[in-house]
Amino acid sequence: MPGRSSDRFASRAEKELRRELLVSPVPELGLVAANGPNDPDPELVVEGGVVTRLDGRAAAEFDVIDRFLVAHGLDLGIAVEAMGRSDLAIARMLVDVDVPREELVRLARGLTPAKLARVVGLLDPVELMFALKKLRARRAPGNQAHVTNLKESPALLAADAAEASARGFAELETTVGVARYAPLNAIALLVGSQTGRPGVMTQCAVEERRNLELAIRGLVTYAETLSVYGTEPVFVDGDDTPWSKAFLGAAYASRGVKVRFTSGTGSEALMGYAQGMSMLYLEARCISVVRAAGAQGVQNGSISCVALVLSVPGGTRAILAENVIAAWLDLEVASGNDAISSHSAIRKTAKLMGQFLPGTDFVTSGYSVMPRRDNTFGGGNYDADDLDEWLTIQRDWQVDAGIEPVAEDEVTRVRDRAARAIQAVFDELGLPPVSDAEVEAATYGYDSDDMPDRDRAADVEAADRALERQVSGLDVALALDRRGFADIAEAIVDMQRQRVSADYLQTSAVIDPDGLVRSAVNDPNEYLGPGTGYRLEGARWELLQALPHVADARQLGAGDQGGAPVVAAVGQASRGDDPLEVVIAVGPAFADGIRETISGLGHRDVLAAIVDGVQDAGAAARIVRVRRSADVAFIAHDGARLSGSGIALGIQSKGTAVIHRADLQPLDNLELFGMSPLYTLDSYRAMGRNAAGYALGKRVGPVPTELDNFARAKLIVRTTLLHARETQAVVPGAAPVELALARSAVS
Amino acid sequence: MAFDPATDYPLGARRPDLVETPSGVPLEEVTLAAARAGTLTAADVRATPVTLRRQAAVARAAGRAQLADNLERAAELASVPDDELLEIYTALRPGRSSAAQLEERAARLDELDAAKTAAFVREAAAAYRERGLLAG
Repeated sequence: MPGRSSDRFASRAEKELRRELLVSPVPELGLVAANGPNDPDPELVVEGGVVTRLDGRAAAEFDVIDRFLVAHGLDLGIAVEAMGRSDLAIARMLVDVDVPREELVRLARGLTPAKLARVVGLLDPVELMFALKKLRARRAPGNQAHVTNLKESPALLAADAAEASARGFAELETTVGVARYAPLNAIALLVGSQTGRPGVMTQCAVEERRNLELAIRGLVTYAETLSVYGTEPVFVDGDDTPWSKAFLGAAYASRGVKVRFTSGTGSEALMGYAQGMSMLYLEARCISVVRAAGAQGVQNGSISCVALVLSVPGGTRAILAENVIAAWLDLEVASGNDAISSHSAIRKTAKLMGQFLPGTDFVTSGYSVMPRRDNTFGGGNYDADDLDEWLTIQRDWQVDAGIEPVAEDEVTRVRDRAARAIQAVFDELGLPPVSDAEVEAATYGYDSDDMPDRDRAADVEAADRALERQVSGLDVALALDRRGFADIAEAIVDMQRQRVSADYLQTSAVIDPDGLVRSAVNDPNEYLGPGTGYRLEGARWELLQALPHVADARQLGAGDQGGAPVVAAVGQASRGDDPLEVVIAVGPAFADGIRETISGLGHRDVLAAIVDGVQDAGAAARIVRVRRSADVAFIAHDGARLSGSGIALGIQSKGTAVIHRADLQPLDNLELFGMSPLYTLDSYRAMGRNAAGYALGKRVGPVPTELDNFARAKLIVRTTLLHARETQAVVPGAAPVELALARSAVS
Repeated sequence: MAFDPATDYPLGARRPDLVETPSGVPLEEVTLAAARAGTLTAADVRATPVTLRRQAAVARAAGRAQLADNLERAAELASVPDDELLEIYTALRPGRSSAAQLEERAARLDELDAAKTAAFVREAAAAYRERGLLAG
C-alpha cells in the first residue's frame, strides 16, 4: 500500500540513537573525518638546513602553526629519511610486531602532520588498536576520574575522591561551578584522594592564574587545560598562539605541575575555521604542536566535540587514529571517552572499545565516579551507575582499563573517613563547618540531591580568605595531623615531597601508593607481541575478576538437600499393562539431591501438580526414576517404554519436561517444555492433563507456552550447575526405579 | 657520585641525595615531622632550577628533546615571580604586545638568566610579525 509507513521504522525512530543527528560529509566546513579534499599531500623541502616547504605551503605562506612546527616540531636529521619512506611502508611498520616502539617514535620525529595523518589513515580499526597498544608510552594502562557535584559539597567531593582513589584511578580531576570555590574544591580533592590511596594526583580545572596559585600552594599536582587547535584562526580565537601555550606549559612545569595539553578532532569545524580540511589532518597538526611545545602528554580523542565527529562517516575511526598519532609522537594519552558520545549505550561502548581494548595511559579523560547529573564538566559518558558494567567488561575481555572492584563496606569506609577528614580540615582551618549530616549523606547517599544545603555565600567568602591566607598543602596536612588523621597527613606531605623531586614531570608519570613514580622513563611500554609487555595476569587479574557481585559457583550448586524425603523407592520399575496409565519419569537427582526447579518450585509440589493433572484428565499416574541418563529426552522415552499407555511425561530436576511416546525416536517427542524458568504449578498441571489426553487418545491442544529470550542469559549458569548435579547422580546402565510419594509429601 | 640522567631516574627514589628544596632542605627531610616542627615552609616545598635541569637531562637522555627544552625553560622560570610569569604569558597572547614590548620582555628574561625563554619570546615576536599577531 503506497504511502503507508512501516511500524518497524517507526519503532527504530523512537530509539535513543535517533536523538542524535548523523550528517553526510560537508568537506568545505571541515565536516569530514579524514582525507578532506583540501588536506595537503605530505611535503617537506629542506634547503640549506632551512625548511622551505611544509605540507603544501611555501615558507612565505607558513601560518603560526607551521612556523612553530618548523622551529620546534621536526628533527631535520631524521626528516629526510622518514619522509622518504612510503606511506604504506610506515603504516606496515606500525603494525609489525617486530618493529619496536622506539624505532617508530624515532621516525615520527621527522614526519609532518600530513604524513602522520596519511599513514594512520591507511590502518583499519583493528590495526589502529594494535598500533595504539604498541605505541602507548607507559607499560601499564590507567584511568582518570572526574569528581564534581552540583552543590560543590566538600564532604561529597572528598568522599567521591576517596572512592575514586580506592578504585584505582591514578588521577582525579575536579572543576568549579563558581570560580571562587577553587581552593575549597582543590582541598577536598586532595584530602579525599590521599584518603583513598596515597599517590593519586589531582587537578582543579580553572583559569590559569588561579590554577597556578593552587599549584604553588601544593593543593594540586597536574593540569590539562591547555587547549591547542589545528588552524591559525581558531588558535587565535582561543586567544592563544603555540608560543603562548608552550610558555604557559613551561610556567606550570616551573611550579611543579604535570601538564597535559588538550586537543581533539572536531574543534576547528565547531569553531568555524576548519579551512576545508579534515578533522584528522587538523588534529595531526594539533598533536604535532603539543609535542613541539614540549608537553609530556595530551588529552586527546575529540573530547568535548566527540558527538560532532561521530556525526560523520568514519568518525569513531578518526578518533582512534588521533589517539594513535598522539602515542606515536611519544606523548602520554588521556584518550577522551569523558564527554557523552552518544545517547545509545551500544554505540558509545562500541566507540569505547577502540581505547579500552588496546589500553591507553588514561582510558578515559574522566570517568564520572558520581552520577552524571553531578558532572559539571558536561561529562559522564560513563558514570557511577555504569561501574559494574565497566568492571564486567574488563573481566569479559581480560583487559585492564584502570578501574578496580571494591566491596561495598570498603567503599563506605573510605567515603566516611574522607568526609570526616575534610570535616576536620574545615574546622581546623576555620572554614565553614561540615556537619555530621553531610558526612553521613556523603558516605551513603546517591548524589548531591541527598546532601544538606550549605551556606554558599559563606563558602565562597571562606574560599577567598583561604587564598589570601595562602592555605597550603602543608597546612592541610598539619590540620589532619592535629585531628588524628596522621596517615592522610603523611600522604599529603609525600605529595609535597613529589613536587620537590619533580619526577612526575616526565612522560606518562603516575605515582604508586608507596611514592614511587612510574613513567615512560622507568616503566616504558616495551610490547613486542605475545609474551611481552603489559598483560593482565597474576594477582592483578585475580583482583579484576573478583567483582563484588560475582557469585560462588560452588555455593550456588549446593542447593537445599535437607528436609523430609519427597519420594521413596519401592523397587525396580517394570513395564505397566494399564492402558490408561501415564508414567511420570523423573531425572536421577529429582526430589533427592535436588529439591526444586530452576524457578524455585519445590519438586514435591511439582509432582503433586502433575499427578493432579493426569488424574484430573482421567488417567492414572505412576512415578519412576530414570537413573541411567540426565537427558530429558531419554528420561521421558525410558518412561514411555515402561508406560502401559506408551505415554510418559519426563522431567529433569531443573524443571524441563517432555511428553513422549514409546514408538517415537528418543530425540523426537509429542511436546517439549524447554522454558522451565517460566513454569508455574499450573503449567505442570496442564502438562499432566495433556499427557493423560494422549494416553486416552483424545484430541490434545499443546500446552500454551511463553517465550522469554532473556531466560537463557539470566539462568544459563544456574541451569549448568543444576544439570551438573543431575549428571553426577547418573548411574550408568542402572535400571529405572519405581517411586512412591513419601507420606509427608501427600498433602 | 655524579648525576647520570640515563640511570638516576626517578631522582626521588634513586638519587634523593641530589635533591633539595630552594632553601637547601634535603629531600629526605621533607617530612610531616619537619612540618610539625615548623622547619618546613610551604613556599619552600618546590623543585629548584637545578632539579628541573636534571629532569630536563633525564628527558633528553630518554630521547625527548622538546620535553627537555620545555623543562629547561621551566628551570629558568622557576625563579621568575608568579605575577611576572602571568604577565609574560598574557604578553604572548595574540594581539597583546608590540614587537618592542616583546623585546622588553625578552631582555628582562635575559637579565633573569632565562636565555632560552628569552630566545623563545624573540622567536614568537618574529612569527607574530609575519602573521599580524602583534598589537596595533
